[in-house]
Amino acid sequence: MAMAASEIAALIEAALPDARVTIEDLAGDGNHYRALVASAAFAGKSRVQQHKMVYDALGGRMGGELHALQVVTSVPN
Amino acid sequence: MTDTNQRISDIVSNNDVVLFMKGTPLFPQCGFSSRAVAILDHCGVAYESVDVLQDMEIRQGIKAFSDWPTIPQLYVKGEFVGGSDIMMEMYEAGELQALLQEKQVARAE
Repeated sequence: MAMAASEIAALIEAALPDARVTIEDLAGDGNHYRALVASAAFAGKSRVQQHKMVYDALGGRMGGELHALQVVTSVPN
Repeated sequence: MTDTNQRISDIVSNNDVVLFMKGTPLFPQCGFSSRAVAILDHCGVAYESVDVLQDMEIRQGIKAFSDWPTIPQLYVKGEFVGGSDIMMEMYEAGELQALLQEKQVARAE
């Protein structure tokens, strides 16, 4: 049920076209990832809203197919 | 409001700080829940925990209640704060400690 890092990045980039997305495979097992997402779309949004935008981009996979995904959001300078 | 929603609503309104998690603070069953517990322990506040693995209704219901897809979930004074990633970001920025102080929650004994 694991997803490839490239697939995660593609979903986020599709929803947030300006985003710079870096996916780190934390355990090297294709199952524990950290997504670093920088997008101007996060400006003025709360952390909860920012993370929800990323979860929405992943279209319901978060918490299911994607269990072990850390998300770190930021607004580019 | 469904019964499950009502139960969750009661839990978050009757406890200043509540962590919905997998397992217990002593025996977390997931790395993210373990991280959330460690953060709260570092903050030194008293908190209630709810083991969603013991209650399938809450396990599913909490996701709809907060519109948040993952567990753990932290509530402070009835407000959803976030999951373990947000807790960590806030903790590292000193914002979580500030929030807990501002909300005047009880210290851990």
